[in-house]
Amino acid sequence: MNIATHPSASVLEAVNISKSFGPVPVLFSVSMNVRPGEVHALIGENGAGKSTFIKILSGFHEPTSGQIQIDGANVVLPPNGAAEDLGIVLIHQELNLAEQMTVEENVFLGRELVSKGFLSRTEMRAKVQAALDEIGLTISPTDRISDLTIAQKQMVEIVKAVSRNARILIMDEPTAVLTEDETALFFKQVEKLKQSGVGIVFVSHKLREIQEIADRVTILRDGQWIDTRPAADLTPDAMAQMMVGRELSDLYPPMNEADVDAERVLEVQNLSAPGISNVSFDLRKGEILGFSGLIGAGRTAVFEALCGILPIQGGSVKLFGKDVGAMSVADARDAGLVYLTKDRKEKGLLLQKQMQPNLTLLALPKFIRNFMIDQSAEGDALERAVRRFDVRARDTSVVVGKLSGGNQQKLLLAKVMECDPRIVIIDEPTRGIDVGTKQQIYHFIAALAAEGVSVVVISSEMPEIIGLCHRVAVMREGQITGVLTGDHINENEIMRYAAGLKRGDIQ
Amino acid sequence: MTMMTASQEAATKKSRRFSADFKTLGPAVALLILCLVGFLLNPAFISEGNITNLLTRSAFIGIIAVGATFVITAGGIDLSVGSMAAAIAGVMIIVMDGLVDTLGTGVLTVLTGCGLAILLGIGAGWINGALTTKGKIEAFIVTLGTMGIYRSLVTYFADGGTLSLDFEIRGTYRPVYYEGFLGLPFPVWVFIAVAICGWLLLNRTAFGRYCTAIGSNEAVARYSAIKVDRIKTMTYIIQGLCVSFATIIYVPRLGSASATTGVLWELEAIAAVIIGGTVLKGGYGRIGGTILGALILTTIGNILNFTDMISNYLNGTMQGLIIIVAVLLQRSDWTFGKKKDA
Repeated sequence: MNIATHPSASVLEAVNISKSFGPVPVLFSVSMNVRPGEVHALIGENGAGKSTFIKILSGFHEPTSGQIQIDGANVVLPPNGAAEDLGIVLIHQELNLAEQMTVEENVFLGRELVSKGFLSRTEMRAKVQAALDEIGLTISPTDRISDLTIAQKQMVEIVKAVSRNARILIMDEPTAVLTEDETALFFKQVEKLKQSGVGIVFVSHKLREIQEIADRVTILRDGQWIDTRPAADLTPDAMAQMMVGRELSDLYPPMNEADVDAERVLEVQNLSAPGISNVSFDLRKGEILGFSGLIGAGRTAVFEALCGILPIQGGSVKLFGKDVGAMSVADARDAGLVYLTKDRKEKGLLLQKQMQPNLTLLALPKFIRNFMIDQSAEGDALERAVRRFDVRARDTSVVVGKLSGGNQQKLLLAKVMECDPRIVIIDEPTRGIDVGTKQQIYHFIAALAAEGVSVVVISSEMPEIIGLCHRVAVMREGQITGVLTGDHINENEIMRYAAGLKRGDIQ
Repeated sequence: MTMMTASQEAATKKSRRFSADFKTLGPAVALLILCLVGFLLNPAFISEGNITNLLTRSAFIGIIAVGATFVITAGGIDLSVGSMAAAIAGVMIIVMDGLVDTLGTGVLTVLTGCGLAILLGIGAGWINGALTTKGKIEAFIVTLGTMGIYRSLVTYFADGGTLSLDFEIRGTYRPVYYEGFLGLPFPVWVFIAVAICGWLLLNRTAFGRYCTAIGSNEAVARYSAIKVDRIKTMTYIIQGLCVSFATIIYVPRLGSASATTGVLWELEAIAAVIIGGTVLKGGYGRIGGTILGALILTTIGNILNFTDMISNYLNGTMQGLIIIVAVLLQRSDWTFGKKKDA
């Protein structure tokens, strides 16, 4: 831990950084400085250049022009993470942990403590244990990374960074996959780091969090530096406006009143499956039903079980008034029930394939003519989907892994909609995507419901649940603890049910 | 390339220019160069006799490799094909010999033998598939196990020696390998038929698309309503079926089977698949490439037979080098297409 000699002198400074990939410029003379003990948020829409910029700050990319300074002296950062030795640590969005190794092995990876040619395991274990205790994490140094939750993995990354004497910690959307509770715990750690003098660069799409945790905010738009201001001077609305460069008046579409007498399309009674028990709820035609709760509360499991991905262990399910037992994913699709995963990179899209095979994969039987795939029909479908969902790609032959997160999400939505479902379950509809795309997705969901499609939105982002849903079911530890309607849909109420402080009559 | 309409294919080629062309055409160019070298070393290389011989020989590995393309594209591997061929050949011979008294030595006996071979192939493939999917054992381990089992079975049936087909039946069966139609031997026709069916299946049907999806990312496939276990088992059954076709045209060649029948065929088949540009870890398969790969492997052996410059004993060395070079070229191809820091 570094003791700052002068509180306002910057540790890390980027001066007029420009970057082009081949002929394509992505950053235009961006400057930013990070002081010891501050949290400096970096915000902007997807494609604004945030990721490129932080990769330059941490040495993973070389700037095309401009200077990086550490403690006021010009430096050329060594590539491939070697900048860690200078105290600059980047925590990637896809965490960089060896899944099959233990916490302790990961923390000391590449700089193991050795005595007489052998690993000194007890010493390393003690050090890691001390760090875990300090951060308040109840995992053991001998736990395997693959057994941890995402939030715990994130903390391990931080422990790892801190144990490397990081002076600057750069985090790419650390809270994207955390629940509000976990985020609060995470922010506590960030405060501790701040106090010890670490400068923190923090990329996030969650503007309210930024207001809460950041000292200063730098806004990028289309690769240009827009402004750097104290966070206290900015409201989330002002931030959003500066990011987008236009007024963002209605992030959420106006809510259509739900028809309380509409037919019940899905009735679930006492459903049990791995991780959930006794879940009962129903869904009406044209309704948007929110599912809130902490990560690991079993929200995803409920719908993975309904859609045939997880086995059903008990209970009854009625779909459009008919009793259905355990269905396969294909059965559910044919019945008009589809699930859109929250994990678009691992479970949603084939990243090395192009848009067309991805779009039609779920609905492929629809494209079969005489045992063969009708490729021209597929092409037409892609054209329609690109127009309907405003998927932006350089050309349609680009592999899906190269699309931005927002466009991937739109494509995934298009893929699911290709089956003309009557019930859509959307898990974390806007994880890791920018505010402009979010708005499009919200409006799309509302339009679907208006057309009479029933939508379930599972989300850890409270505003989106509140802004979008007619009713909200809150889950805790595998059970529904309450169902909220109307004015009861607010953060306080949801939090109480989610945290187990309150339990309501279900229905 | 497998999943685009013609117009998009053209567009891709334009955008990736050299790299896409290179990747698709690489094996074809390599085969042409090999043929040119063969011709320069000995003009008899392109004689009609040699070309037919070359095609007939590549039919065995080629047919098996078409099956292997499906298994590998769907993210699996089948090491048992060589032993499976030997075991099927062994059982076929025993049964046909046993049928002499009841069915005689005519076409009926041969057809019974062939039918049996097909059933055995499907059954063996299903066992491999069921053990990997339902048994949840790594395909490498399962097929390593069945490879040993089939190999020892044929040794056991032959009592350590050779199983020979009845002389009369051999006479009936012989034309299947040695004769042909329109100037091409029957094995080549079988090869062509299998290749066309394989190409259509992989590139034009939902099954092929599902294989590719499973090989790319099994989780995505499962979430996309694909019956992953069923499709994977199907790939092993297709592999088994291909092995039985190869065996059916192989048995009349020598009319015998022994512990050395089909040794290392699995590696040649996998090599043909990889040389052809299919990705070993799955998700991308090319039947056309596989066929070229099989032809390349056979051509190397054939050229070495024709020249004194390199000893025929170094056949394996040459094949090994070709495999390594092919994969190296496919890899460097990726960096051609991209800018350094993209």
